[in-house]
Amino acid sequence: MRDAIIQLAYLVAAVMFIFGLKGLSRPRTAARANLIGATGMLLAVVVTLFDQRILSYELIVIGGVIGALVGAFLAMRVEMTGMPEMVALLNAFGGGASALVAGASLYETVPFTGSAPLDFLIAAMISTLIGAVTFSGSLVAAAKLRGLINDAGKSISGQQLLNAALLMGAILISLWLVLNPTQLWLFWLVVLLSVVLGVTLVMPIGGADMPVVIALFNSYSGLAASATGFVLNNNALIITGSLVGASGLILTNIMCKAMNRSLANVLFGVAGASATGPAADEVYAGKVKSTSPDEVAMLLEGAQRVVFVPGYGMAVAQAQHAVRGLSDRLDKLGAEVEFAIHPVAGRMPGHMNVLLAEAEIPYDKLKEMDEINPTLGQVDVAVVIGANDVVNPLARTDPTSPIAGMPILDVDKARSVVVLKRSLSPGFAKIANPLFAADNTLMLFMDAKQGVQEMITALDELTE
Amino acid sequence: MDGIIIAITVFVLALFVGVEIITKVPPTLHTPLMSGSNAISGITLVGALLAAGAQHTMLSTVLGLAAIIMATINVVAGFLVTHRMLDMFRRKE
Repeated sequence: MRDAIIQLAYLVAAVMFIFGLKGLSRPRTAARANLIGATGMLLAVVVTLFDQRILSYELIVIGGVIGALVGAFLAMRVEMTGMPEMVALLNAFGGGASALVAGASLYETVPFTGSAPLDFLIAAMISTLIGAVTFSGSLVAAAKLRGLINDAGKSISGQQLLNAALLMGAILISLWLVLNPTQLWLFWLVVLLSVVLGVTLVMPIGGADMPVVIALFNSYSGLAASATGFVLNNNALIITGSLVGASGLILTNIMCKAMNRSLANVLFGVAGASATGPAADEVYAGKVKSTSPDEVAMLLEGAQRVVFVPGYGMAVAQAQHAVRGLSDRLDKLGAEVEFAIHPVAGRMPGHMNVLLAEAEIPYDKLKEMDEINPTLGQVDVAVVIGANDVVNPLARTDPTSPIAGMPILDVDKARSVVVLKRSLSPGFAKIANPLFAADNTLMLFMDAKQGVQEMITALDELTE
Repeated sequence: MDGIIIAITVFVLALFVGVEIITKVPPTLHTPLMSGSNAISGITLVGALLAAGAQHTMLSTVLGLAAIIMATINVVAGFLVTHRMLDMFRRKE
């Protein structure tokens, strides 16, 4: 009876998670939906504490308090620009926890019975493998995003062979354990191989591909939880893990499409290594026009329709609040201001939207690529802030380019384009960008924040 | 073998529910979606509580305790940070 009530409570929790995710379909209902999800989690935890198998609460309290304190500290302290690292870190903890629970289940079952059901053992090893890869891979991703590890996409020779060998090794040893459950030391060997695999998998992947990596590990952390659900025969875990797995896979797919690359290409290909494309000198020589904040302010003062195109450079320079200031002033001058957001701008899905929301820019001003592209031809001034590859017209015109076919924001069609960027250095794809040398483009070589602030000052002087 | 078939059924059906719901989330909310879905994947906490609380063996208890810490960080930080972000989206209503 007690068990039945607990199982039903888990079902209620799973339903609350579904409502929690469903509510995210509109910004208005999203905050409440998140609370519903959190309440579901609380319910699941509380009913678990009534489980008869639990004999002692001391360690639970200790672990819970430590985890809650660290978690709250991380969540309150993180800057919005640091969100990609944060999500990567959380993926790591989720995956790691799943692998540990699988290990604990093995160690509390097998030594007493000498064997275990086949499905239990298989699920435990899947959970271990996916969880451990997610743990180390996400930690490497977080370290790269923080700049603790060089984030360039480097490939070690024999990289793919090494990864394949590690994966095969982990799978074979898992099978060995499934067939010989008493050899529990093999569990640790699988953990070791999986942790190394996570590292070698993510190490060669460069910064701009991080949105795909984070989304993929998000999915894995869900799948690991689901596998743990099979281990424990617990529907709450199975359902929830499955939901998260689906969510991560959909996001991964969206990110890959936005770069016109396959998942295999992101994970195993080496982007930008063979920079085929016109040489930088050829594209830029004598054609790049440098401008000043005063000149840009004059241009903006007369504009009817202005579109901002934010990229990773805006996040790095923490320029979102300055951009908001400029957008407000243009609003007051009667211009129509919008923000064009490329799906892979920044370092994770939705990165730019969060930064602009932090600066209190209304979300109805944020336009998706497909929505705004057809109208970019009627824009007076497009201001590109720290974006590069996502506005490179070569994607449309040069079929041999590494970014050929990647959907881009057609900023070059605007009447005037201002590109705020510190230098002409190439973006992640390591190719020159003809937009910077176009007739209608002016380059403002400055830090994004400083550049926008000086535009505001100049604009204020003009309109006084 | 019945249990595993039911479990797989639940898994596959939940996958479809997930796809159905998530495709309706607008790109603006993709970051909160990631952190929020991440928080609920911390449901592994349930398994961690059982492992640490049952105290079968020293090793399983230690593994369970480590899992509780990790999963709790995942859950608490995940929901809190999602809340912080969504508050920003709500402010300009």
